[in-house]
Amino acid sequence: MSPIARYPGFLPVTILCLVILYAPLLVVMVYSFNESTSITRWGSFSLVWYAEVFSGPESAIFKAAAWNSLIIAIAAATSATVIATSAALAMLRAGTFRGKTASFALINLPLMVPEIVTAVATLIFFSAIGFQRGLLTILLAHIVFCIPFAYLPIAARLQGIEAHFEEAAMDLYATRWQALRLVLLPLMLPGIMAGFLLAFIISLDDFIITNFVKGAGIETLPTAIFGAVKQGIKPNIMAISTLMLLVSVLVVTASYFLSKLGNHNS
Amino acid sequence: MAGLAESGGSSSAFAPARLWLMLPSWVLIGFFLLLPVLMMLIYSFLTKEFRGGVIWEFSLASYDKFFFDRGLFGDEPPRIEWTYLGIFWRSAWQAGLATLLCLLVGFPTAWFIATRPARSRAIWLFLVTVPYWVNLLIRTVSMKFMIRDNGPVNEWLMALGVLDAPITMINTNFAVQLGLFYSYLPFMVLPIYAAVERYNFALSEAAADLYASRWQTLRLVVLPVVKPGIVAGSILVFVPSLGAFLAPDLLGGAKNWMIGSLIEDQFKGAAGNWPFGAAVAMVLLSIVLIVLFLYARSQNRVSG
Repeated sequence: MSPIARYPGFLPVTILCLVILYAPLLVVMVYSFNESTSITRWGSFSLVWYAEVFSGPESAIFKAAAWNSLIIAIAAATSATVIATSAALAMLRAGTFRGKTASFALINLPLMVPEIVTAVATLIFFSAIGFQRGLLTILLAHIVFCIPFAYLPIAARLQGIEAHFEEAAMDLYATRWQALRLVLLPLMLPGIMAGFLLAFIISLDDFIITNFVKGAGIETLPTAIFGAVKQGIKPNIMAISTLMLLVSVLVVTASYFLSKLGNHNS
Repeated sequence: MAGLAESGGSSSAFAPARLWLMLPSWVLIGFFLLLPVLMMLIYSFLTKEFRGGVIWEFSLASYDKFFFDRGLFGDEPPRIEWTYLGIFWRSAWQAGLATLLCLLVGFPTAWFIATRPARSRAIWLFLVTVPYWVNLLIRTVSMKFMIRDNGPVNEWLMALGVLDAPITMINTNFAVQLGLFYSYLPFMVLPIYAAVERYNFALSEAAADLYASRWQTLRLVVLPVVKPGIVAGSILVFVPSLGAFLAPDLLGGAKNWMIGSLIEDQFKGAAGNWPFGAAVAMVLLSIVLIVLFLYARSQNRVSG
């Protein structure tokens, strides 16, 4: 790049930016291995807090919460991915139609409404129609806000696949369904998997909406952690945080490489 | 890349099935988001019942409570009620400062990344976006851990001799701004990056040939061209900051309420006034939709 593009001071700011982004996470990771019960003083390296997470007095709560989180994230991400794939086909492979603009706005609506508003509205809705709050209400709310996140990589991938593929298949007497199942869906697969993973992370991440629509006594990991943090940050919270952090980073890295993989083919 | 523009939208192999393909999205989002927002609008005009719940009786009490103070017994002439407008004002102020902070750090970062060789750009971008995908609650708790009175930041600053005694950062306005900044920084970097990547550096060269200094070039040539990216980034940071709950709740403490805490209190906290909570949420939603509408209109004007 030409020297004109270089501004002294921009590199230090970039480094500062990365330090601000990563330092808190790294510090929490390091302190999760701290043997001392005091969160301020460094004792020695130890895995006691990880043992505490899996077998300590609060382990039952966290285990149940982790299962709920996992079940909801898998179910919500799967549903959202199917819905988003179908919506992407309608938006990109079905020509123009009445209500197309409105449909596009609708898919993105969950991104535009502030989370706290969605949370309040969903709580009011379930309460007004007398729907018992529990895992199902959390799941329904999660599917809705996962749809746009699943849609983004799937639509991007579909846009990169030229129409000749399914047209050729249909010229060779494949039915529409066969062309979709045997030609288009396999080509879309990297985008679909990336969409699933992003939706999975987004569902796992949610606190506010879950906190409003969950029934009494039902916790997901974020609501359980929030409850525990209100009593003060204990070392076992740092151990759980570190584990969740690793899951997020692994899933996002996988999603990133899947999207890249997709780009090579087209 | 050529295929992107050609195939997108032009193929209609699945046109006969489009109704069925769109139906799941319409049902799910219509039923569990659009309808709930309409229900919330109705609730904001209902009468509150003691401890949660509502009475199905039309009332303007919630909006009246939001805007007007009629004294303890409700019989005095109405004056402007500043409590809730004040919380909105403070939220806008906090979100605005967080946006400014994001811009000050995000612009140089985005510029630096966009001027790297193509191969390393992806890695820098990946590094900036990864923290966004880490659970927001965990990030906020980590920040709380960092900046508490005897936390690592204070210890490092004292070890370096910058401070003699720990300073209180937690439960201050600054902590909230820092938390919001930390939550939404990648939203600022990405759109600015996209704008700088498209920027034609021949413009900078022309400016330099005409004896503009680097900073003059940045201010007079670059900024006007990449402004759409800056505006998009600012909206992406400001809008979620305005309705944020976790950063003000965990880092700001009880004295630094923002809109999110006010709404939460009506449903989960001590206040227990659903219609009022619905009204506050409606006001917030209206502000956000107006901001997005103005933004969309300005975008249309730019693209002609």
